[in-house]
Amino acid sequence: MATLLQQLINGLVLGGLIALIALGYTMVYGIIQLINFAHGEVFMVGGFASLATYSYFIPESWRSDWWVALPLMALGGALVAVILAVIMERFAYRPLRNAPRLAPLITALGVSVVLKEAVRLFYPGATAPVPFPRVFVDEQYTFEIFDGTITIGSTAILMIAVSVIGAVVLQTYITKSRMGRAMRATAQDPDTARLMGVNPNRTIVLTFVIGAALAGIAGVLYGIQITNVDTEVGFLYGIFAFTAAVLGGVGSIKGAVIGGFAIGLIKSLAGQYFPGGTQYDLVWIFVLLIVVLVFRPQGLFGEPERVRA
Amino acid sequence: MRNQTVKAAVLVAGALLLAACGTNKEETGAGGGNQACDQSKGTLVIGVIAPQSGGLSALGLGIKNSAQLAADQANEKCAVKGYKLQVQTEDDQATAQVGAQAATRLSSNANVVGVIGTLNSSVAQSVQPILKGKNILMVSPANTAPSLTRGGEYATAPKRDFENYFRVCATDDLQGPFAAKYLVGKAGKKNIAIITDGKTYGEGLAAEFKKQAEKDGAKIAATAKVGERDTDFSTVITSIKGANPDAVYYGGEYPQAGPLSKQMKDAGLNVPVMGGDGIFDQKFIDLGGKEGDLATSVGAPTETLPSAKAFIDAYKAKGFKDDYSAYGAFSYDAANVIIASLGKTLGDAGTWGEDKRADLIKNTQDYSAQGATGEVKFDKYGDSTNKLLTVYKVTAGKWAADETGTFGG
Repeated sequence: MATLLQQLINGLVLGGLIALIALGYTMVYGIIQLINFAHGEVFMVGGFASLATYSYFIPESWRSDWWVALPLMALGGALVAVILAVIMERFAYRPLRNAPRLAPLITALGVSVVLKEAVRLFYPGATAPVPFPRVFVDEQYTFEIFDGTITIGSTAILMIAVSVIGAVVLQTYITKSRMGRAMRATAQDPDTARLMGVNPNRTIVLTFVIGAALAGIAGVLYGIQITNVDTEVGFLYGIFAFTAAVLGGVGSIKGAVIGGFAIGLIKSLAGQYFPGGTQYDLVWIFVLLIVVLVFRPQGLFGEPERVRA
Repeated sequence: MRNQTVKAAVLVAGALLLAACGTNKEETGAGGGNQACDQSKGTLVIGVIAPQSGGLSALGLGIKNSAQLAADQANEKCAVKGYKLQVQTEDDQATAQVGAQAATRLSSNANVVGVIGTLNSSVAQSVQPILKGKNILMVSPANTAPSLTRGGEYATAPKRDFENYFRVCATDDLQGPFAAKYLVGKAGKKNIAIITDGKTYGEGLAAEFKKQAEKDGAKIAATAKVGERDTDFSTVITSIKGANPDAVYYGGEYPQAGPLSKQMKDAGLNVPVMGGDGIFDQKFIDLGGKEGDLATSVGAPTETLPSAKAFIDAYKAKGFKDDYSAYGAFSYDAANVIIASLGKTLGDAGTWGEDKRADLIKNTQDYSAQGATGEVKFDKYGDSTNKLLTVYKVTAGKWAADETGTFGG
């Protein structure tokens, strides 16, 4: 029982991280039907950027106070991720907006490789995993229950909290605010939205910016939770998040969050209870994906694709 | 518009190409060399196949630099008459398939006399047959899987499949039991969990550890495997935590082992992690290895061996950017094995050619000298006769030697 509960907690923590990244995939897809494969690398860059903020910009006397250091790191990580996303959108995706859909998709893959290799080559020591400081309350809470103990760390609580709050704020922003309405309008029909006075370029850039900021914050949270960053994680978590977005229905905020938590939970439960253990946990994630796509090709909360006139 | 798109595409393609070149670039040594030596017959190449990037690059760079050091010294001393020696390093990214490509590249060059490598036993498996096809000498500084020299049935019916393959380090069928003896006997751990990474090296090492630990009266409380790309080990840790182990033996390498040790502590499982030579690196501690964690490694501690002092001094004098790491001294010895055997094969006036390869392998088999890691000599399977092993313990943020000996001795 304790083991099951502990695995559920592990799954929620991982799921929170995946959900934060998946939000970026789903928003960008929702508005321009682009699977931005470079989004995982934006997350990775966010992690490295926040580490750089810590190592090179935050004075040593500030580092011990996490309420000073952590927001600054999150800001640094998110800022670099946002700048990167804006550049990416302007130079890699905007020129291809009217090209066949395959072209931006391949470009996204290319951007992903470029980003990963650039960090690997130019960040000092990034050819191997780089240690990341735990700039937060380094506390583990242990509870006695039934037949054992469960332990949850403060960074794990932070991870779940940030992802849920992030998703709620985002959902509210998109449904309630003026810019949110512009986003939904552009997603539904870019041409009509433009006729109604919506600036599509600005709206699309904003979508990239929000997604990247969330990925940047996810990068910091990953760092303090796992205590190292590696150039490889962008690809790995990018695939998780992409799968989460597809599972939940690309374009749906709620779907991305639930998809993220679903994948986190399946990964940890499969690692414990399914044959093959953690070496085969990815298999079960993709089995679930296939099953869902067979019965609901639009994903759990997605809308069936409309044919545009 | 269209024009712009094309331009952008070309730019991206160009950048990709550059990135690709970056990963595949072959580093050739500076050579140096005393002009007093006769080098009129050209350049011979010693290949190095080891990870130069990725998680294990700290070990791979130590291997490369140490081989370079040996080659530079040989050039200064005119160890091979008439030729200049050059080191050509190929990055295997710790991946069997990339290692095979590297081996193919080296074996297509007739001037490659021998290859130092690989780091990973799993990579060696794919490199061995390629180099054997061309009868190229291979001396590994770091492969510890017993099957590489003595075949799959190494315990019961040893059989040497690769006459061209030698290694200068002790094997896992000694290292695993040596670790078990220490952990069960000396440290008194009786309820041990085993975690592996599922690769040739980790699996083999853990299997040998398990046999001896059970023989010595310890209970293997739980076994688990981590995924190759995993960075979040909470699932694995939870799965063994229920068994309340008093120590964890990890069959694998430090990029996973360091964070694993840290995350175990986070999960409330504060027991020592022990591993083999794959986790014996400062990076293990940087990435989260905690006080009291243990590792076995091959040979006596490099710093304490009198024969290693000359190597360390020379290495430091060269001013390499990276540490010589766990396998530097072994790589240096491996390079010297190749160089000395080559010198003997060619003699004073010999000319290198494909026909010399068999002689070179034969001379390597007969090689015997005092190296940086102790006596360097091979048995009939190509294994080192130097069976010395050391247990290290993390003490005040550094690996400190705890006990040196041979298994069974």
